[in-house]
Amino acid sequence: MSKYPINTRLLHWLSALLIIGLFFLGLWMRSLDYYSSWYQTAPNIHKQVGLLLLSIMALRLLWRLKTPAMAPLTNHKPWEIKLSHVVHVILYIGVFVILISGYLISTADNKGIEILGLFEVPALITAIEQQEDIAGLVHEYVAYGLMAFVGLHIVGALKHHIIDKDKTLKRML
Amino acid sequence: MKKLISLFAGALLLSNAAFAEVEKYQIDVKGMHAFIEFKIKHLGYSWLKGRFNDFDGQFDYDTKNPENSKINVMIKTASIDSNHAERDKHLRGKDFLEVSKYPAATFKSTKIISKGKGKADIHGVLSLHGVNKEVVLDAVEIGAGNDPWGGYRRGFSATTMLTLKDFGINFNLGPASEQVEMLLHIEGVRQ
Repeated sequence: MSKYPINTRLLHWLSALLIIGLFFLGLWMRSLDYYSSWYQTAPNIHKQVGLLLLSIMALRLLWRLKTPAMAPLTNHKPWEIKLSHVVHVILYIGVFVILISGYLISTADNKGIEILGLFEVPALITAIEQQEDIAGLVHEYVAYGLMAFVGLHIVGALKHHIIDKDKTLKRML
Repeated sequence: MKKLISLFAGALLLSNAAFAEVEKYQIDVKGMHAFIEFKIKHLGYSWLKGRFNDFDGQFDYDTKNPENSKINVMIKTASIDSNHAERDKHLRGKDFLEVSKYPAATFKSTKIISKGKGKADIHGVLSLHGVNKEVVLDAVEIGAGNDPWGGYRRGFSATTMLTLKDFGINFNLGPASEQVEMLLHIEGVRQ
């Protein structure tokens, strides 16, 4: 059985971990009390890990566009190939929209995002009217939407593994 | 008949005279010579300041009887600006101003008590976050006179202390930060 290349697999699982982690971190940090010791730390981690994920996703996108996609398994039905392709495209777009909108919230006041106290990712776009509010709504609702597609993606993988008993999931492991 | 006419003329004259003394002003938001600011303690250790950038209003000033003056101000709550995007977003959200539900705050004066030396208590109703509440602005006249561009201007400052809970804003910022001081610096151009 030919698996996905090792870097594809590593980056896939790393982004899976970060995307799901960031989603729940985002949910949790908004519920924090002002006097919680995490009140400032959690958003700082959220922003820095978000930018880490943005660079990983940019790398994955470049990789995906430069190398031919792995051929579907022979038992994959045409509708499965089509659906999985649509879900993959939505996952990519969704993740990028969330990452960029998150960046636009934080940098709307023309202040960059500091990474580990080493350097700063500068603010680039600040001129949108009520930028932090619009970006905030996009960030929130696209994140909920993305989780639905993440669920579909997982259900698809498990369906191939458990019901079809094929190698779809295994070649990503 | 003659008596009636003179009485009528007298009444007309009187009302005209009274009318002439009430000057109408538009707050100078075009040239932005007006500022609506707030300050609130941060943890009890320092002051946090911010302002509302988008507002409008008018006032009537009775030169003979300042207690007969009036003021109306309308503030767009979404224009809150504390020079920090994430905080401003939080302040506009459900924990504080809920600007999508309550896009405007208004103040309408109901009575003015002169305290002499250009000072006055401006009583009025503040409508904020869906709550109407009587507040008193502690006001002081700064000055009035001709401007260099052919107009006539009058300005004053006013402060008032608001308790956030009174306006249904219950987010816990700590015991030192339950009240916010509003500061208004208003300049009007006579119409």
